[in-house]
Amino acid sequence: MSNRIKEQFKKKSNLLSIYFTAGYPKIDDTVDIICRLEDCGVDMIEIGLPFSDPLADGPVIQNSSEVSLANGMNSELLFKQLQGIRNRVDIPLLIMGYFNPILQFGLEKFCSNCASTGIDGLIIPDLPFEIYKDKYEQIFDIHGIHNTFLITPQTSEKRIFEIDKWTTSFIYMVSTASTTGIQQNFATDTNAYFERINKLNLDSPALIGFGISNRATFKTACNFSQGAIIGSAFIKHLENKGINEIGSFVKNFS
Amino acid sequence: MKEKSKFSVDSKGFYGEYGGAFIPELLYPNVKELEENYLHIMKEEQFQKDFLALLKDYVGRPTPLYFAKRLSSKYGCKIYLKREDLNHTGAHKVNNTIGQILVAQKLGKKRIIAETGAGQHGVATATACALMGLECIVYMGEVDIARQAPNVARMKMLGAKVIAATSGSKTLKDATNEAIRDWINNPTDTYYIIGSVVGPHPYPDMVARFQSVISQEMKQQLLTQTGNELPSCIIACIGGGSNAAGAFYHFLDNEDVELVAVEASGKGIHSGESAATMVLGSDGIIHASKTKLMQTKDGQIIEPYSISAGLDYPGIGPLHAHLGESGRAKFVSATDDEALSAVRELCELEGIIPALESAHALAYLPKTSFNTNDTVVINLSGRGDKDLSTYINAFGYEQ
Repeated sequence: MSNRIKEQFKKKSNLLSIYFTAGYPKIDDTVDIICRLEDCGVDMIEIGLPFSDPLADGPVIQNSSEVSLANGMNSELLFKQLQGIRNRVDIPLLIMGYFNPILQFGLEKFCSNCASTGIDGLIIPDLPFEIYKDKYEQIFDIHGIHNTFLITPQTSEKRIFEIDKWTTSFIYMVSTASTTGIQQNFATDTNAYFERINKLNLDSPALIGFGISNRATFKTACNFSQGAIIGSAFIKHLENKGINEIGSFVKNFS
Repeated sequence: MKEKSKFSVDSKGFYGEYGGAFIPELLYPNVKELEENYLHIMKEEQFQKDFLALLKDYVGRPTPLYFAKRLSSKYGCKIYLKREDLNHTGAHKVNNTIGQILVAQKLGKKRIIAETGAGQHGVATATACALMGLECIVYMGEVDIARQAPNVARMKMLGAKVIAATSGSKTLKDATNEAIRDWINNPTDTYYIIGSVVGPHPYPDMVARFQSVISQEMKQQLLTQTGNELPSCIIACIGGGSNAAGAFYHFLDNEDVELVAVEASGKGIHSGESAATMVLGSDGIIHASKTKLMQTKDGQIIEPYSISAGLDYPGIGPLHAHLGESGRAKFVSATDDEALSAVRELCELEGIIPALESAHALAYLPKTSFNTNDTVVINLSGRGDKDLSTYINAFGYEQ
């Protein structure tokens, strides 16, 4: 099974992964944003599929989801927009979305569409590891789609090792116990948590996300992991500066 | 109900194919801690003693099972009302908040959060927190705050902080989202008291167990009053489904007892303004539980409507989805107007002003027929004080 995600981790260190909500700010911005992000040197992209009730997200992503839904975004349209994306973009692409819209589209069909458009993996925050293993893993495997799991400062060591064993992409390390876009800086005990995870010598690479909003937090994250994921800060930038200024945002992190 | 019945939750938190805990990893430790502890806490002798003593001396249980003579003669059967409206705080909600506050104490939690729609569960939670001296934060949709001012004032008098949910449609589902987000941001010292048989496992099971006191008393009272502990039929209204779960619980395995759940169909099932989830909904995930919910074909959650703020939830508890799909419970619905007629009827025939929610259960009576010897129990889940301004408008009592 080819694995664009693992290859990228082999090639690069200090990975910069950017999350944005598909269909935001304008419905047709999705592909343009992906291409611009790659051109600016971003290493991986998480394309957000909007949901009406995003439980783990703070106000910034709640708002971008609401706007995107009002713009008319849905799974079918997203896959239509992404058709042919692999003729233009080489870096790993993941879709991040809550489970209900994916279930309604049909998980099987969703994974098969991912495979045919060249999406490498999924991040589904409300599909817990156990239920995935019990009921859905096979569907992901058949289509060669990598699922990504989160760990938090509260996740037990035993559980982290188990998640590591089942991970075929990377571990999404949540920096602090919070919803997205809430923390401005890392709390004082955050480094201790990063160090603790670092010492576990996990087989899978890890990216740190939640609360990465500036150069300082990005650099700290890179000291303890293979890179970081930026979401709310990027969406705020899109909101304020529009898609033409993506380069000036990405430059902060190079 | 027997400890292991085909209607009890399985080891993974499912009722048939419904339920589970579809939670973000951020909530895993909180929910796991509760899952691992709730059953043995609830079974401790001291816990049971404390819980039952509070239900008796503070809440005022057992609530009466009242033979409604004039209502019975109108509908040609024997109708009994389970008077949950006589509980302290005016509804069945307090059975659950008293139970959960004791669980929270056992787990050493200091900060209590809750969601509320009409404010009944918020008031019941604020009451339990005042009783135990615990900090209380209630999330309530901005829209609901505006239309339920008396309950907002009650919560504040009881020392709770009421935070407006300003996201999404600014009603119950959004208040629930905000409460869940609060729990994510405060994972160690905070306990989330969910108000219905919804949310991730073990909440649906735990809340049903606390509310099961309703059917436990019903059984004893029916035996004393009629000589038979089994009624022909039990009718309860259903939003998330906590009063229905409590009223059905100890009869689930007695398949001769007909169980009727009455949903709110608002301005009519297909009017586009309805909360009849069992008819309009389909399988999906809402608030971390796999169940029936009202959603678009793209899986976005639809905002429901009912005149009754306690019934306009876009999902139902997973137990009820299972009861409905398996045919164990019959799901019917009543419109706003039918519920309002039932309010009037109960006032005039029995001298009881019911809550709008409970009136939906009463509204089933004119839609069916019973035999003279049938014993029908209606769970009168709450009283109508909170709905007075609606009644004043609807019945034209303005000055």
